[in-house]
Amino acid sequence: MIYQGKQKIWSDYQKEIPDDHWYYVRSCIRQNFFPASEKMFLEICRNVLGKDFHENEHHTTCGGIAYHCDTIPQETAMTIVARQFALMTEAGYENYVASCITSFGNYTEILETWHEFPELEAKIREMLWKSCRKEFNKPKYLAHSSDLIYKYRNEIAEKAKFHLINKETGEPLRVVEHIGCHYSKMFPSKGVGGAEYPYVLTGMVEAWGGNVIDYPERRHCCGYGFRQYHVKANRGYSLSNTHKKFESMAPYKPDMIITNCPGCPYFLDRWQYVIAEMEGKTYGENGCGIPVLTYEEVAGLVLGYDPWDLGLQLHQVAVEPLLDKIGIEYDLEDKYKGIDKKDLLKPELPTSIKCF
Amino acid sequence: MKEIIVIIGGGIAGLEAASNLLKLGYSPIIIEKSDHLGGHVANWHKLFPDLTPAKDLVDELIASSKDANIFLNTEVSFINRLKDSYNIMLSNGISIITKYILMTTGFRLFEASKKEEYGYGIYNQVITNSDLEHWFNTGQDKRIDESPMNAIGFVHCVGSRDEKARNSQCSKVCCITAIKQAIELKEKFPDAQIYCFYMDLRLFGKKFEDFYTKAQRDHGIHFIRGRVSEVGENIEGKVIVKAEDTLAGKPIKVTLDLLVLMSGMVCNPDSSKTASMMALPIDSDGFLKSSDNVFRITASPKKGIFYAGACTGPKTVPETLAEARSAVLDIHSHITSQEK
Repeated sequence: MIYQGKQKIWSDYQKEIPDDHWYYVRSCIRQNFFPASEKMFLEICRNVLGKDFHENEHHTTCGGIAYHCDTIPQETAMTIVARQFALMTEAGYENYVASCITSFGNYTEILETWHEFPELEAKIREMLWKSCRKEFNKPKYLAHSSDLIYKYRNEIAEKAKFHLINKETGEPLRVVEHIGCHYSKMFPSKGVGGAEYPYVLTGMVEAWGGNVIDYPERRHCCGYGFRQYHVKANRGYSLSNTHKKFESMAPYKPDMIITNCPGCPYFLDRWQYVIAEMEGKTYGENGCGIPVLTYEEVAGLVLGYDPWDLGLQLHQVAVEPLLDKIGIEYDLEDKYKGIDKKDLLKPELPTSIKCF
Repeated sequence: MKEIIVIIGGGIAGLEAASNLLKLGYSPIIIEKSDHLGGHVANWHKLFPDLTPAKDLVDELIASSKDANIFLNTEVSFINRLKDSYNIMLSNGISIITKYILMTTGFRLFEASKKEEYGYGIYNQVITNSDLEHWFNTGQDKRIDESPMNAIGFVHCVGSRDEKARNSQCSKVCCITAIKQAIELKEKFPDAQIYCFYMDLRLFGKKFEDFYTKAQRDHGIHFIRGRVSEVGENIEGKVIVKAEDTLAGKPIKVTLDLLVLMSGMVCNPDSSKTASMMALPIDSDGFLKSSDNVFRITASPKKGIFYAGACTGPKTVPETLAEARSAVLDIHSHITSQEK
């Protein structure tokens, strides 16, 4: 692999990301899957870096999942998005950042569609007015929240308490980066690094001390793919996609996987258990799986937040081997304790894949 | 005094034109930007379909045009239109006044790295058709391992017939060049499986179809109709190619020791730059626009300016040479009609 070749492509796909003053919209599923990730994003941006990030409890889903599952027409999704933009406008912001990759793709697609078909934008404005009596300005800048952490990656590195380095060997951790399909595959110029060799997560990993693995199925879907999973008959297809990725990355012996999509970390994490049950095969060391983390969780670990405050106990694959490699201290006794040490009860642990 | 005819471009079109102009008693002047004559063909190894050494052709053309005035490493700085002629200022400080200019500025190979999914410049074992010819000629390319290869792939239409790459034109020569190169590689690595991934096979020229049949029948080269979707690299440094086999109706994945990208012909930016000095029109494909694409392909809309070769669009070597001779006849006819 010729690293300089990738650098040339990365230099061609840099996007303008304002440093401050963002209107933040959450994902409709991330808080269930990885509950501390969005909290950690705001914690890092607001309290660690001192930036202005505004959120509004009145915002809703972007309609992306329903749109991609063909259960609502695009005009409905557009009107939902127009309402989100109206909330941003009312709050006095012009930079819009979405926590969800599909939302980001949805917003990008809608803005591009309105650019190409202004008459459709006019129709949506009329529909929004009739339904909600709201008006909106389009965002001046649109970003995914991983774009922001990418932008702040060096500031985070300066404040880092830990690095993505194996404390025993001193070697960089081997990291698989997995980008959500809707980040840049639809509009390569809208993502940091483009579609073929996205840099957004690679930049974070490199800034925090790790090495990214380039493996053959790097671009392959995580297996979620909406209709592959939500249509029950297709779930075997979802699982086989994930299986294909793990078989491809296994020879590189990854220490961890970092992702920037709501669905990807969930399916890459949970399907490892299913593969272990079905085939008796695990991809990590000593019967464990490969830990799968969101970029906010990785940033939180690097900054020294407690792993259990980051919600890592809600992962299927045990993260302890990764914490041990980095040298992050943790108390197993606290793993299943919530706020004020409230006992959340220890779940039944599987036998097919090693968990703690 | 002999009429001076300035030929811009010292590729095979320029050389063949100069040779024929000399035979007709004119004084051709060749202006060539690079340090050698023969253009792209000078870097080629063998020519289809008879595997004629490219060097033989270029040497013969250079020998037959040796009495022309030739400026290497020279560019056109600017061109002024005079009353009935042109004043051409060269980068070496020489100024030429002529009534006739023959544009033989040729083409440029599509930059394969623009098709990011194919991994040129990213993965070590991905090369272009031009790189392969260079290796055939010199035996030198760090990316090509001399040890026996098990599998080699060719991707047709790289940057050709590709609206995403903003080149809708067919490059004409890539299909037959891929077949030629596949046969040459098969002869070097007899045990290798060779795969050609194509959209259509456009084998229009003399003996082209025979060459294609020979590649399958005598050399066992596999032709797969379908586009390559992505290229990656495995832990051993081999190239992983994913494609669709549209005849079998299924996706395929192959592991290769070498992948050759058939970079197509695109317009030469130097052509456009020189054309702009004379307000010559550019066609929708970016190549120079002839007065008429059927009857007057070597004529420009400007008096005294003529075209030959791939500056007006992709062409084979025989087509380029024939067009150079045609342009010379057009110039000759024009001069003789002016003298009457």
